[in-house]
Amino acid sequence: MRAFTYERAKTPEEAAAAVANMPGAKFLAGGTNLLDLMKLEVETPTHLVDIQDIGLDRIEESGDGGVRIGAFVSNTALASDKRIRRDYGVLSRAIVAGASGQLRNKATTAGNLIQRTRCSYFYDTNMACNKRQPGSGCAALEGFSRQLAVIGTSDACIATYPGDMAIAMRVLDATVQTVKADGNVRSIPIADFHRLPGDTPHIDNVLERGELITHVTLPRPVGGRHFYHKVRDRASYAFALVSVAGIIQGDKSIKVAFGGVAPKPWRVESAEAAIADDRAAAMAKIFTGARPTPENAFKITLADRALAAVMAEARS
Amino acid sequence: MEFNAPAGKNLFDTSTIVGKPTPRIDGPLKTTGQAPYAYERHDVVPNQAYGYIVGSAIAKGRITSMDATEARAAPGVVAVILASDTKAVGKGMLNNAPLFGGRDISHYHQAIACVVAETFEQARSAAALIRTSYDRGSGQFDLAKVAPSAPLALDDKKRPDRKTLGDFDSAFASAPVKLDATYKTPDESHAMMEPHATIAAWEGEKLTLWTSNQMINWGKESMAKILGIDPKNVRLDSPYIGGGFGGKLFIRADAVVAALAAKQANRAVKLALQRPLMANNTTHRPATIQRIRIGAGKDGRITAIAHENWSGNLNGKDGENGTLQTPVLYAGANRLTANYIATLDLPEGNAMRAPGEAPGHMAFEIAMDELAEKLDLDPVELRVRNEPSSTVPGAPEKRFSERNLVRCLRDGSERFGWERRKATPGQLRDGQWLIGLGMAAGYRAAPANKSGARVRLDTAGKIIVETDMTDIGTGSYTIIAQTAAETMGVPLDHVVVKLGDSSHPASAGSGGQWGAASSTAGVYAACVSLRRKIGEKLGFNADDATFRDGRIIMGERSFELTEAGALSAEDSIDFGKFKDDYDVGTYAGHFAEVAVNAYTGETRIQRMLAVCDAGRILNPLSARSQVIGAMVMAAGAAMMEELVVDKRFGFFVNHDLAGYEVPVHADIPHQEVVFLDTLDPIVSPMKAKGVGELGICGPAAAIANAIYNATGVRVREYPITLDKYFEKLPAVA
Amino acid sequence: MAEILHFTPSRREVMAAGAASAAVTSFPANAQRVAGSAKPPSKMPVSIEINGQPVQLNLDTRTTLLDALREHAKLNGTKKGCDHGQCGACTVIVNGKRINSCLSLAVQHEGDKVTTIEGIGTPENLHPMQAAFIKFDGYQCGYCTPGQICSAIAVLDEIKAGVPSHVQGDITGRAKASNMEMRERMSGNICRCGAYSNIAEAMADVAGRRT
Repeated sequence: MRAFTYERAKTPEEAAAAVANMPGAKFLAGGTNLLDLMKLEVETPTHLVDIQDIGLDRIEESGDGGVRIGAFVSNTALASDKRIRRDYGVLSRAIVAGASGQLRNKATTAGNLIQRTRCSYFYDTNMACNKRQPGSGCAALEGFSRQLAVIGTSDACIATYPGDMAIAMRVLDATVQTVKADGNVRSIPIADFHRLPGDTPHIDNVLERGELITHVTLPRPVGGRHFYHKVRDRASYAFALVSVAGIIQGDKSIKVAFGGVAPKPWRVESAEAAIADDRAAAMAKIFTGARPTPENAFKITLADRALAAVMAEARS
Repeated sequence: MEFNAPAGKNLFDTSTIVGKPTPRIDGPLKTTGQAPYAYERHDVVPNQAYGYIVGSAIAKGRITSMDATEARAAPGVVAVILASDTKAVGKGMLNNAPLFGGRDISHYHQAIACVVAETFEQARSAAALIRTSYDRGSGQFDLAKVAPSAPLALDDKKRPDRKTLGDFDSAFASAPVKLDATYKTPDESHAMMEPHATIAAWEGEKLTLWTSNQMINWGKESMAKILGIDPKNVRLDSPYIGGGFGGKLFIRADAVVAALAAKQANRAVKLALQRPLMANNTTHRPATIQRIRIGAGKDGRITAIAHENWSGNLNGKDGENGTLQTPVLYAGANRLTANYIATLDLPEGNAMRAPGEAPGHMAFEIAMDELAEKLDLDPVELRVRNEPSSTVPGAPEKRFSERNLVRCLRDGSERFGWERRKATPGQLRDGQWLIGLGMAAGYRAAPANKSGARVRLDTAGKIIVETDMTDIGTGSYTIIAQTAAETMGVPLDHVVVKLGDSSHPASAGSGGQWGAASSTAGVYAACVSLRRKIGEKLGFNADDATFRDGRIIMGERSFELTEAGALSAEDSIDFGKFKDDYDVGTYAGHFAEVAVNAYTGETRIQRMLAVCDAGRILNPLSARSQVIGAMVMAAGAAMMEELVVDKRFGFFVNHDLAGYEVPVHADIPHQEVVFLDTLDPIVSPMKAKGVGELGICGPAAAIANAIYNATGVRVREYPITLDKYFEKLPAVA
Repeated sequence: MAEILHFTPSRREVMAAGAASAAVTSFPANAQRVAGSAKPPSKMPVSIEINGQPVQLNLDTRTTLLDALREHAKLNGTKKGCDHGQCGACTVIVNGKRINSCLSLAVQHEGDKVTTIEGIGTPENLHPMQAAFIKFDGYQCGYCTPGQICSAIAVLDEIKAGVPSHVQGDITGRAKASNMEMRERMSGNICRCGAYSNIAEAMADVAGRRT
C-alpha cells in the first residue's frame, strides 16, 4: 500500500471538490473493497477523502412516494430498514445474501455500487489485466473464467460485477444521485450507471472524476412478491455464480435482473412480458449475444433454472 | 522406556482422568485472546523490525536481474535481501526446492526478496518497489497430460511402488460383476487460519525462531541444515500454532527468510506470509487421477481389486498416493496397486491431513458405492460382506492389531436411520429439494513414533511436563496433562504443561495422526521414571505403589508427594519391532444426508455421522472435535475445495480465501461422532490411537454418494460443484 | 497454444505456456509509479477508546485498525488471518457493531469505541460466551476463536435487534436464534479446524440462557 494523506470532508460538495482538485485522490466510504485492493496495489490513491461525516447516513421518504437512501448508509442498516423490508424486499434480501455480517456493517450503499470485480487476474498484479492496467491484456480470456461474465463482455475483459445489492436496485429501477465539485447534481438511472467494458474496461461506471454518489432513490413501491435467489458454491459468504432478483405480481407479470453473469446487473426489460408464458424464449432473448467460455457456459442454463426456482416458489 | 510387547493391564485400565471428557486446559487463554502465537511475541526480543516477502512472478525460469535501489531508499527501510544476491540455501527435511536464494525459479510465488523496515506499512510498500526481470522457462503444469508417461513412484523401501497378489487380470476378466472407473481429486490447500509466521533473532552464532511449526525437532535439524549451522545453535519455540494440517510440518520460507533478514538487518525480524502468497509459496495436497477396477461375484464377494494412482510434484518426488487404504479395507484374493508420480512444475506438493488416504477414500469409496449398485446390494452390506479375516488382505503377513469396522458400519446404520435410504436415486423429496443418503468406510493407519518428555515435581507438589510436542488445535496440552495427572496421581490442575520449545526433550511432534498416541506414551514413560526416582528417594518400590490425590500409598505406608522435594526425570518411549507384524489402524463408518435443489443443484449437507474405532479415547471432548473438524475439511473437499491450475502460467489462480472456498458455518450441520469402546494393546501402553486424520477418510465419499443418491448423477471428479451435475437433473417447469 | 497477451513490452510480456522462454519484467504493482515517487508516510494522531480505555496513537495513515490494535496497542487477541476481509479472524466490535478490523483504517475510527476479545472477558472472569466455547469445545487451534466469540456475541445481539438474514423465511419478520440462523450469521468467521458444530452448540447454550 502506498503512502497517502487522509482528510474527512464535512459536506458532499467539499468532498467532491477535494477529490476533483487533487490528482490521485479517492473517496473513502466503508473501505471494505478499496483497502483490500490498496493492500495489493491494485488501487493506488495518494489521498483519501473520508465521507463518514458528510451527513449521508439516512434513509428518508423521497417525496414522490419513494425512498431516498444516503450514500453512507451501511448495508446492514439498509437491509434492516422496516420500509425497505416491507416495500422493497428484494433489496433487503439481496443485501443479506452478500458478504458477511461484519462486512455488511461496514460496507456502504455507494461503495457497494462501485465495488470492483473479483476476477482472480485483476487481483494478481503479476498477471495481465486491462481493467487494472489498461492495454496490458486479459489473462482471464483463456484462463480461469468459471466465475466470470457470459454476456456484455468484450475481447478486452470478461470480468463480472460481483455485487448483490445493485442487482436488486436494477429490478427496482433505482436512480443514482450524484454531486460534483461545482455543486451540480445529476440523476443516473441504475441501468446506465455501470458500463460494459468495450475497449476501456478500466472504467467501471459513468461517474466522472470527483463526482460523488450522494443518494440512491427508489421509486414508489410496486408491490408484488420479491425474491432474491443467489446460487454459489458454498452456502454463504461467497460471490454468486448466478443470482436472480425477481418481482412477481399477482397477474404473473415479472421483472427480473441477473447477477454474476455480466459486467453489470443484467436485465432485459423487453423480454419480461414473455417470461410467464414462455420462459425459454424470454431467456433466449435475455442472453442474446452471450459469449461464454467453456468454463462458464453453464451459467446460462443455471440462470434459467434459478429463475424457474423463483417462479415455482412464487406459485407455491 | 521400551514398548516391546503388547500392553498388558496397566493403570490406564482403571483411569480416572484419562478417558474423561475434559475441557482444554489452554481454553481460558485461547478464548480470551491471551494465547501468544508466533507473530505476537512482542516481549521475547527487543527492537523487532518488520519483514515483507516478495514472491516470484513466474512459475519456472530464471531471474535475470533484480533492482532494489528504490526499495532501499524508501522510508523506514532497514535492509533488503534479494535471491539474486544470496546463494541458494540448503534443503531441509522434505523440502523439494530451496526456500530462498539463487536465480532459479521453481514455482510461482517462490520467495525472491524480503524488505525489512521499521513498520509493517513501510516494509509492504517498499517491497512493491523491487524490480525483477526473468527469463521465463517452460514447464509441465498439466497432470492429465503428463500422467500417461509418469513412472512408478518409489515406496518406503525405494522399490517401484507396484504391488500384486494373486492374478488380478484373470480374476477381473472372469468376474461376473465389474466396475472400472476413473476418479479425479484436485490440488487442495491447507488454508490454516494462522499464516506461516516467524520472529527470528540472532545472538552471535545462536538463532532463535519464534515460529509456527508442528514438528519442532525436525524444524531445528532442518533449519541447521538449510543454513549450514550447528543444530545446537538453533532454537525453535511454538507454544501455540494456529492450525497446520501438514502445512507446518516442515520449515518453510517464513522461517528461512526471517533468519536471513535478521542477520542482514542485525536485529530481530518478524514476518508472516501474506495470505495471497500462501497457496503457491507453501505446500499443498497434490491432485490425483485414480483408476479403480473391482470384480465381484454375484454374491457381492470381491475377487479382484486394482487401484492405480497418478499424481505429480516438483522434481517427481513424493506425490499423493491414493492407494494407501486399498490393501487394508476389503477382502479379495487378486490384487494390484500401483502409484505413479509425474514431474510437474507447480508449487511443491506435500503432506496434508491424511496424505494419500484422504483422496484415496474419495475415489475408492465412490467405487464401492458404484459396485454396490451394480450388485443391487446395500452399500453397507457390500462392505460387511467383504470384511477380511484377521490378516491384511493386501499384505497377508500382517495381522490386524484391532479392527471393528463392521461394528462401526452396523452401529452407524442404526443410529443414522440408514434404512430410510432408497436404493434407487431421486426417490426422496422435500419440496424443491432432493434428499439423498450416502455412506463410506474409513481407514487410517495409526503409527506411533519415539517421543520424549521431562517431568518435574516441584516443592509445592506440582507436576511440570516439558516436551517439544506441539498443540496445533489437537488438544495435546490437555491429554498430556491428563496423562501426567493420571500417572502421578495428582488433580489435573496440579499439572503444568510446557510445549513447543526445542530446548525441551524431542517428541514425536504433530503429524500423521501419531501425535496423541506417541506423545502421551512419552510423557507416561517420563512419569514412570519420576515415580521411580521418588520411590528411590523415599525408599519404596514405585512400581508397586499407588499414586493418588497427591499421595503415595505403599501397603501400610503412605507419603505426601511433596515429601520427595524437587525431582526431575526425563525419558522417552521407544516402539519395538514386534509392531511390524501388525497393521495398527483406525476405522470409521461415515454417513451423510444431503439435500440437492432440484432446480439449481445447490447442495446442503443435512446431517453427518461418524462412528469411530480408535482404541482408548484419551479425551472424548477434544477427540470428537478432531473428528468433526476433519469431517468439515472432508465436506470442503467433497463440495468446493480446488486450487485451480492455470496451465499456461503454472500457478494456482485462486490463491486467497475468497477464491479458494472452504466450508463456512452455514455449510455444516450438527455433526454426530460416536467412539466405540475399544482398546488396542499393540499401539502403545495407553492402548489409544489418534483420530485427527481418520475423520477425513471417508466423509467426502459419503457426501458424494449421497449426492448421487439424491440426483442419480454420478460425478467422479471432485469437487462436486453444481455445474458438474445440475444440467442432468430432471427438466424443470 | 501460442497466444501472446501483450503488456506494454517495455514493462513486461506475458506468454502462454508452450512458448519458448520469454523475457518478463515484474514490477509487482501497476506500473504507474515513476522512480523516486515513494511518498513519505503521512502520520496522524488518532484517539480511540479501546475496551473502555482512551488510547492516543500517532499512526501512519495506512495502519489498519487491526494493526493498530496488534502492533501499537499490543492487544494480540484480535487475529490477522488473511488481512483481506475473507476470514473474520480480525472481528472486533466498534460502537456496538462487529466489523473486520483488517479492512478499516485506524484513522477512520477517531473517537470510536472499540471492543476486542480482551475487553470481553479474562481467564479469571470469562464472559458467558467464552465459558460456553470452553464447555462445548468450540475451537481447536484457537486462532479464529477471538473473532468467532466477538461475532457470536454480536450475532445474538443482531437477532435481538431484528437485523434480518439470508435464511429468514419472511424478510419482514423477526428471526429466532435457531441453528440455521446462527450458522448463516456466523458464516463470515471461517474456522479451518472445523469447530462449527460445537460453536453452534455454545451459542445455543448462551442464547437459551438469555431468553
